[in-house]
Amino acid sequence: ACAQLQLAAPVALVFAPGSVPGDLPRPLPFRDVQETEIPVNLRTSVTSRYETVYRSTTAREEAALDVATAREADAALHLLQDASVGSLTLYVVPETSPLLPQGVSVYVGKHRSALVRAGGGLAALRTRLQQLTQVMSFTATSIAAALSDRVPDGQLGPDARRHLKSSLGYEITFSLLNPDPKSHDVDWDIEDAVNRYVQPVLDKLSLVANFSVDSQILYYAVLGVTPRFDKESSSFLLSTHSLPHVINPVEARLGSSAASLYPVLNFLLYVPERSHSPLYIQDKDGAPVPTNAFHSPRWGGIMIYNVEAPASPQASLPLHVDVDMVRVMEVFLAQLRLLFGLSREELPPEFLLESPGNEGLADWELDRLLWAHTVENIATVSTTLTSLAQLLDKIGNIVIKDDVASEV
Amino acid sequence: VCTSRFWFNYRHVANTLSVYRSVKRLGIPDSHIVLMLADDMACNPRNPKPATVFSHKNMELNVYGDDVEVDYRSYEVTVENFLRVLTGRIPPSTPRSKRLLSDDRSNILIYMTGHGGNGFLKFQDSEEITNVELADAFEQMWQKRRYNELLFIIDTCQGASMYERFYSPNIMALASSQVGEDSLSHQPDLGIGVHLMDRYTFYVLEFLEEIHPASQTNMNDLFQICPKSLCVSTPGHRTDLFQRDPQNVLITDFFGSVRKVEITAETISLDSDLAGFESK
Repeated sequence: ACAQLQLAAPVALVFAPGSVPGDLPRPLPFRDVQETEIPVNLRTSVTSRYETVYRSTTAREEAALDVATAREADAALHLLQDASVGSLTLYVVPETSPLLPQGVSVYVGKHRSALVRAGGGLAALRTRLQQLTQVMSFTATSIAAALSDRVPDGQLGPDARRHLKSSLGYEITFSLLNPDPKSHDVDWDIEDAVNRYVQPVLDKLSLVANFSVDSQILYYAVLGVTPRFDKESSSFLLSTHSLPHVINPVEARLGSSAASLYPVLNFLLYVPERSHSPLYIQDKDGAPVPTNAFHSPRWGGIMIYNVEAPASPQASLPLHVDVDMVRVMEVFLAQLRLLFGLSREELPPEFLLESPGNEGLADWELDRLLWAHTVENIATVSTTLTSLAQLLDKIGNIVIKDDVASEV
Repeated sequence: VCTSRFWFNYRHVANTLSVYRSVKRLGIPDSHIVLMLADDMACNPRNPKPATVFSHKNMELNVYGDDVEVDYRSYEVTVENFLRVLTGRIPPSTPRSKRLLSDDRSNILIYMTGHGGNGFLKFQDSEEITNVELADAFEQMWQKRRYNELLFIIDTCQGASMYERFYSPNIMALASSQVGEDSLSHQPDLGIGVHLMDRYTFYVLEFLEEIHPASQTNMNDLFQICPKSLCVSTPGHRTDLFQRDPQNVLITDFFGSVRKVEITAETISLDSDLAGFESK
């Protein structure tokens, strides 16, 4: 059976005064539709359909753009828009507009719009539009990754099967690992941190799934890998190739809720023993990793929190440690984003992305996730139904109990 | 899975527990292991060393130990439960530990031992699972993408018959004997009074002793173990359904658990002043 999927997104290209290119095919406003085929495999075809409206700014939009910075414009425009999930609006500003800093041609806001510097005619704008849909909406790769279990293995990129599968809910567990309670008396105000920093992000993600959060403290839990002492830096180092072996010994002690069947995301904060402090993770070039953290796809992340040596060697043990939860959550929430597949790494240099702040992710990033999960869910449904249909074809007289039949 | 019960099938339990131990040693946590045993050996009134199960005749290694987590024991080891675990069609009230929570990226190792015949495997002397049922269960798993790759190892008489009917992709199978051959046990222990292990599993375990979590040994080496001179039966294997070349498949891909990790290179910036208890 062939599956055909069409992903349609409404796009608007809005021209501020002084930015209209000379080579428009017809006067504003007008519409066109771009349909492109995204190859997946022999039996599934996915087409993307961008229904684009080309128009000029309204008076209120002009006023919103008449501010000092792109960020203010983005905030003002957001209030005017009726931006539905999955839509995209590009505001084209004159080439000389002061809104975009030098060297920046595209500013991506944290809602569903972007500011583009005019110049180069319609063709250049269409290219920008295409680049922006790749960033803010979906790409052939992200769709293929969402359908990864239906694509032959050889054709998958490195992203495939890396991100969390779509699920109705996820369980997040924050664990503090203190292997040396005699030396460190570690206090972390996790409840406050979850309410202040984690919950806003989870609320933003609530369109995607339900989340439940819990936390625990584990004592005498060790890493399972002995770090190397490096004389030059007087610190202990964990090399990249020993990291994969860290997780398993710890996992045995993590536990999880017996009742829930949702995938569990573990975030571990490890405070190294006094005798192994300070402990740094080395990247493949031998330099210490700035975040001192690593993550494992579909599992969670681990961050190492070093405690400063006491000022005087006679300081009484245990040392009291108040964990800086902001620093910790900045890493854990970044890891959460990466686990879901939201990364801000690969962008053309002339693009400037607005930081989503405490919400954790921009509206368009939420859209990206929704596209990927929706495609995945549809694919799963279609495979299941096809399976059932094939089964009934083969076993015509299969006995199906009434309650099962009513569920189908 | 150990499909036998009764004292004289001690070796099947020892087989299973030894494989369980090796797999744990190589890094797979209990949460990722479903162990099905009749569990009637350690506390059996006929056991001269209560609370132990030995796999070696000098009673060197008590494979029962303190931290064995048996998920399905005694009368729960049935064909139905086994198939339900595989396919995931389990009543909603079943706890996590009794479920196979695998997805399309999981590599699954299935080890079964007990008494078998041409095309079937006996479960606890009261029922049988056929090779067709097993093949269909694997196909269900494939349809629901419950595995990435599957390694099936069986140590019973005529074991190769059990993998004859597989038809789903990405399955590799090993068996202790061909159709028409019996798999023999390894060593009797005069102190305990029964045979402690089966030959094929004994050599598999000897092989696994050399493996550590970072090992690069591949599946082709596993195919070579237990030649006829040592095993009396002829072990067989089947790789035609498997996409990758066995040469490139590491033992630790199935027997151990080496996670893919990535350095976290990004952070987000949080503004601690802005964050407040806003009611939504």
